[in-house]
Amino acid sequence: MPLIKDRREVDDIWAYVPDEADLSPGGCITVSLARFRSETELLLARNTEIGVRLEPADDPHELEEFLDRLTLIEIDFPKYTDGRGYSQAQLLRRRMGYEGELRAVGHVLRDQILYMNRSGFDAFETERAELPSVLDALEEFSAVYQPAADERVPVFRRRHGKD
Amino acid sequence: MYRYDEFDTRIVKERVEQFRGQVARRLSGELKEDEFKPLRLQNGVYLQLHAYMLRIAIPYGQLNPRQMRALAEIARKYDRGYGHFTTRQNIQFNWVALKDIPDVLADLADVEMHAIQTSGNCIRNVTSDHYAGATKDEVMDPRPWCEIIRQWSTFHPEFAFLPRKFKIAVTAAEHDRAAIKVHDIGLNMRRKDGEVGFEVHVGGGQGRTPHIAAKVSDFVPESELLDYLEAIMRVYNRFGRRDNKYKARIKILVSETGEEEFRKLVEDEFAAQRTAEKIALPQEEIDRIHAYFEPPKLAAKPANSESFEKAKTADAGFARWTRANLHPHKVDGYTTVTVSLKPMGVAAGDATDDQMDVMADLAESYGHDDIRVSHAQNVVLPHVALDDVYELYRKLDAAGLATPNEGLISDMIVCPGLDYCNLANARSIPVGMAIQEAFSDPDDQADIGKFHINISGCINACGHHHVGHVGILGVDRKGEEYYQITLGGRADEKAAIGQMAGPGLKADDVPVALKRLVDRYRELRSSKDETFIETFEREGMEPFKDAIYAGA
Ligand code: HEM
Ligand code: SF4
Repeated sequence: MPLIKDRREVDDIWAYVPDEADLSPGGCITVSLARFRSETELLLARNTEIGVRLEPADDPHELEEFLDRLTLIEIDFPKYTDGRGYSQAQLLRRRMGYEGELRAVGHVLRDQILYMNRSGFDAFETERAELPSVLDALEEFSAVYQPAADERVPVFRRRHGKD
Repeated sequence: MYRYDEFDTRIVKERVEQFRGQVARRLSGELKEDEFKPLRLQNGVYLQLHAYMLRIAIPYGQLNPRQMRALAEIARKYDRGYGHFTTRQNIQFNWVALKDIPDVLADLADVEMHAIQTSGNCIRNVTSDHYAGATKDEVMDPRPWCEIIRQWSTFHPEFAFLPRKFKIAVTAAEHDRAAIKVHDIGLNMRRKDGEVGFEVHVGGGQGRTPHIAAKVSDFVPESELLDYLEAIMRVYNRFGRRDNKYKARIKILVSETGEEEFRKLVEDEFAAQRTAEKIALPQEEIDRIHAYFEPPKLAAKPANSESFEKAKTADAGFARWTRANLHPHKVDGYTTVTVSLKPMGVAAGDATDDQMDVMADLAESYGHDDIRVSHAQNVVLPHVALDDVYELYRKLDAAGLATPNEGLISDMIVCPGLDYCNLANARSIPVGMAIQEAFSDPDDQADIGKFHINISGCINACGHHHVGHVGILGVDRKGEEYYQITLGGRADEKAAIGQMAGPGLKADDVPVALKRLVDRYRELRSSKDETFIETFEREGMEPFKDAIYAGA
């Protein structure tokens, strides 16, 4: 599945380990929040990088104290109509100041990517959208009405020469 | 009124191009219907029983003559010569072809209009008092804040895929004409120690589980309004139910969480916002937007107009119309005119292309270029000199737009029902027409006074039956249409959900039952000034229930 990060197509070096599977000895892995919660010590003691995958009902605050130890947080969109992931992303980026990779996975479609990017996602694992189409989607609007995690300057400031 | 600047213009045009691309990808099969659906919905495109429907936003119900003419042109060019003004101050076209919709949206963008977020599970068109900026009973003009909310909510990246649709209404008047207590968020503007702020109500709604909103805050200062709204929206987006479409509105979250706990969730979220998260609208921007809503320059006039008084004496029809369709204006010598879209025999809220052109012309000649759409599906000219009212009336009358029934028994809210809607249990429009027929005598209507009948063809309550003084709900019993009557509902500052009177009636029995109900009201009212809803609240259900079922 293509992975687009920072507006480029990149190789995916990460693997998600389902809860019932054994942790592989090497390589970068992500696990569910539940697994991270129950095996925190073990996971953080690995000398590979570690990430967590959030499902829509998960509370991102549970990760707050570990944020500087995580390289990747994946937010899953089992159905793209379930918009909880946008709030999780905003909370991680803006409330808690998470600076690592924030990746949208699951049902990620071209027409949601702009909103995802504005909410703080910098990486998108998309089934069908090709890079040029994703880049177009990110540029469809030249101005925005409200501040968000992407730090584009809203028009209510640009109108008054503030940026 | 607000005018687009270069940014607004660009954003709306970019939206048209974006949608053009989406339609092309849908028509080529690249997008599947289920993926296209939320995209078209966020552009106001619904699939109805017979065709696609396009819903166009009229933000807080205000438009200018040029915009009204553009709507007339769309009706002519892309539809069947009429449009339908809705209870949410929007307009709908029922017969537009999908392939034409990008062009319609482009025509709209040329006159600073759009269909953005008029449907879908996002923040919808903000509604307000249709007399805003003109009425005597307002603390201030709510429209500038409606516009600020409109901009903030437009393409809000976090709140485009909410559990369900989300509606915000704002009023600033003593008498609530915006029905704020049956909205997801209702805002009531007030002044406290010289500061402007908002009383915040959350979780009102209609549909199958009607709720009156809970008051979540007495006063949110204007500088914090958008942050407070974000806090409410985030709590809803995270915790609102998504397992059941019928339990997904914020009213269910508020009632299942409990008012206290819900308020705490919002307050905690609001308190947790870091400085960097605050929206911090610059004062210059607040001032810039307010400047668009300066009242029109109205020449000073005496409070009484001789020509107006004379015309009333000479023309009884005019006199009757003035008693029903005028509302007091802030400024002496002026008045606010309601153009009724509820003549006999026409579906509530429908207007033809020619009628729209007439309304545009008249707003230009007599109305300082200002037009409003009311949530009761009428059109309002807010600023008309009393001296001009008679001429205006004659021209309206010639266009079939002078029905003297604003707020009276024949001024009903009626949903499309079985004639147009695939969810309907029963017809609504013919029942509404039969009731109009039963009360067709204008003197009789004037004698009955304020009386709101609202009709829905099923429990989704598009016709607001829960908050009609008399509500009529179509139900299906073994393949036969029945109508349940509720009494005592209201959507104003004393908002209440109507109570069921008893078993459903057959369509033919509804008008006669209402005749008996109205007669009972006339016997019981303490004076001619006591309205039906007041008599009902004083006397209770029993006498009216007896009247309804007396023929059974
Ligand atoms: C003809 C096709 C229509 C269909 C299929 C339809 C469908 C629905 C449905 C399913 C709901 C319930 C939504 C919910 O509770 O979340 C609803 C609510 C509503 N509809 Fe319609 N509708 C139609 C036409 C209209 C029209 C023409 C109007 C305006 C005159 C309208 C105004 C409303 C309003 C005001 C609500 C209530 C929203 C609330 O609960 O606060 N609808 N409609
Ligand atoms: S109330 Fe029911 S019948 Fe009427 S328009 Fe809404 S969904 Fe259709």
